[in-house]
Amino acid sequence: MDAALEALRDRVLAAGHAGRRLRIRGAGTKDFLGETLQGELLDTAAFAGIVDYEPSELVLTARAGTRLSAIEALLGAHQQFLAFEPPAFGGDPTLGGIVAAGLSGPRRASAGAARDFVLGARLLSAGGECLNFGGRVMKNVAGFDVARLLCGSFGILGVIVEVSIKVLPRPAEELTLGFEMSAADAIEAFNRWSRRPLPLSATSWHDGVARVRLSGVGAAVAAARAVLGGTPIAAEVAARWWAGLRDHTHPFLAPREPLWRVSVAATAPLLGLPGAKLVEWAGALRWLRSTAAAEDVREAARRAGGSAALWHGAGRVPAFEPLPPALLAIHRRLKAGFDPHGLFNPGRLVPGL
Amino acid sequence: MSTTAGFAADEPAFSDLSERPDAARRRSIVAALTAALPPGAVLAEEGDLRPYECDGLSTFRELPVAVVLPSTERAVAATLGVCARLGVPVVARGAGTGLSGGAMPHAAGVVLSLARLNRILELDPAAGIARVEPGVRNLAISEAAAPFGLYYAPDPSSQIACTIGGNVAENAGGVHCLKYGLTLHNVLRVRGYTVTGEPVEFGSLALDAPGLDLLAAVIGSEGLLAIVTEVSVRLLPRPSVARVVMASFDDVGKAGDAVAAIIAAGIIPAGLEMMDRRAAVAVEPFVKAGYDLEAAAILLAESDGTSEEVDAEVARLEQLLAAAGATATAVSRSEAERLRFWSGRKNAFPAAGRISPDYYCMDGTIPRKHLGRVLAAIAALEEELGLRCMNVFHAGDGNLHPLILFDANVPGEWQRAERFGAAIVELCVALGGTITGEHGVGVEKLNSMCVQFTAAERAAFFAVKRAFDVPGLLNPGKLIPTLHRCAEYGRMRVHGGLLPFADLPRF
Repeated sequence: MDAALEALRDRVLAAGHAGRRLRIRGAGTKDFLGETLQGELLDTAAFAGIVDYEPSELVLTARAGTRLSAIEALLGAHQQFLAFEPPAFGGDPTLGGIVAAGLSGPRRASAGAARDFVLGARLLSAGGECLNFGGRVMKNVAGFDVARLLCGSFGILGVIVEVSIKVLPRPAEELTLGFEMSAADAIEAFNRWSRRPLPLSATSWHDGVARVRLSGVGAAVAAARAVLGGTPIAAEVAARWWAGLRDHTHPFLAPREPLWRVSVAATAPLLGLPGAKLVEWAGALRWLRSTAAAEDVREAARRAGGSAALWHGAGRVPAFEPLPPALLAIHRRLKAGFDPHGLFNPGRLVPGL
Repeated sequence: MSTTAGFAADEPAFSDLSERPDAARRRSIVAALTAALPPGAVLAEEGDLRPYECDGLSTFRELPVAVVLPSTERAVAATLGVCARLGVPVVARGAGTGLSGGAMPHAAGVVLSLARLNRILELDPAAGIARVEPGVRNLAISEAAAPFGLYYAPDPSSQIACTIGGNVAENAGGVHCLKYGLTLHNVLRVRGYTVTGEPVEFGSLALDAPGLDLLAAVIGSEGLLAIVTEVSVRLLPRPSVARVVMASFDDVGKAGDAVAAIIAAGIIPAGLEMMDRRAAVAVEPFVKAGYDLEAAAILLAESDGTSEEVDAEVARLEQLLAAAGATATAVSRSEAERLRFWSGRKNAFPAAGRISPDYYCMDGTIPRKHLGRVLAAIAALEEELGLRCMNVFHAGDGNLHPLILFDANVPGEWQRAERFGAAIVELCVALGGTITGEHGVGVEKLNSMCVQFTAAERAAFFAVKRAFDVPGLLNPGKLIPTLHRCAEYGRMRVHGGLLPFADLPRF
């Protein structure tokens, strides 16, 4: 066993024997997110490195501590990329953290979420064993899809130590178009355009301007531009815009309280809440700077078919939408099955678990 | 079992070895179901039960105590209520087209057929979402969405018959899943009931939901976690144009290299399929697709999108295929021709049934680079076991469907076919692949699960099972083998000399 992995296992076993709690951390770029951090730090950053990558197989396998920058550099050299555009939050996150948080960037609505690209994961369990789920192949229905269950688990089921992930060819060309319009008109237009065979790869609305990114072969991008109209935005300016949304370096998404992330049905009308907003994902993701009461925000999100997370400012109210009783019971039993002594990331995703 | 990996130590209440209960017990189960359900919803006469004794894998058969055919969600909940109270196993069933025995009845249980829950509840073209009951056929969703220029992307070859509920249970794929994904990637939300009849909802019409991604666990769970009564699927805009390039190769390895070259060039074709000569020869008289019967392998690569995209991509595909050594290429010139090129691939299974009394379809997945090695091993197994095999292959995603031809009326042939299949899937595992890409484990691949997963990994699967289904009544005995079964299989493999390629590294 690799020394860095052995060190992680020994820490897990020792903590288990002593009845201590562990908080798992890669680069710490998402420490702000979720419920209060509890437990001793278990740093996975040292267990790093690309294990396997063959561009023609469209699969990359890497250890949990591998940095996003290293993965992107390697993929970029082969004109490939992580199509779900994992957010970096101004730092250099690890693959383990990316998968544990399960967050996706501007391409989410067209390309899919982080979990859609997870093919396999190795889990260091509470008992100190390494368990493999999924694999390095595109299609795999052997056993329950635990690898994808781990994506977005915030480490509460165990330590993700290795991940196999699907990669895709980088599009040949990209073009961003701008449109002056209201938020309501933008959401309606995004929905209409999404139902047509157009190479949309991202949409956003903020401060009176809708932006649409087209990705694909040159001829298709040019044809779509002719259909949509709008004003082309210079490539560097557009790249900065989408990176700002992806990595939350855009001032609107900066770490200031309160920031709500409201995930709703894409066709839901405006939520009717006070405060400035930024729309992504063809209307399905609405960021909100609102001092409205948490219960009002959550009720509006539920009415719109979704849920609200308090991205910055949690503590006084739960960060994530509370679960209905039937789902909470399943969560409790999953936690009890995978981590019977409550070793990992206590309360990080669901209070009390 | 000791407490491995911190997982709780109990084995499931119902094992994969089940016995038919006595007549008194059967009568009391049927009486309780009949009392709880509308007239005509419970079948219990042997003649009525026979059609349900197997699914698409007819070599595994069992007679259930009863079959329940609810037409409403309420009747589904009532059925679960009765079964939970009496401790009766429940096996959900869609159209019964599954190929791994996942819907094979439990001798002590009831079959819960969801075929009568077959309404399209809502089709929202503006949102691109269809909300349907589980008994709706896969193709019926695309047919209903067609007037709006939309379709449901996953297209398993049984799509005219198979239901969306069954697709959810198996995480069904199809020929377009390299580009458009599996059922998992195209289902937004599933509603249903827990084993005790409590309503539950997984996923959301938004693009994410709070908590753990239980939807990912439920999709592909083969009816072991919950009973599905409503599925919301994502509809995609139908591409304006689709064309297929058909290429012949004089060597299977060259065809495999062509697939790698296409992907490496940055193209994700809408479909990328391969057939070997035996498969082409078997289907050609049946479909008259114009396949090159001299070719060792035929590759079909589909391009879809806007006409500009397709023109550019088809030109690139032709160049790449020629550079990879294709002996001939043809591009479909019309929609009719495109469908004709595909017809042979889509009809490979029925064609196997025409040239052989029986066939056994395997479903392993491998990293694509090992294709040549697996095909060589299959040829060696043909010699060794005296059986023929034709190969069709979802080349883009590495999913193999060797069709082992045999005659069940010849003593010993089925046993040899089973050995043949086990050797193939275990080679897939040894090469870093998996025992099943899209057909599921069911009862068929329980033994192979012992090869792919360690005892601790299987204990984790049981932990998932228990988290959703505390009494262990939903489709017990499928998907996850017991420790006992794996121990038995391990002994058999060693004594029977079954262990194939024992010198290969395992990873």
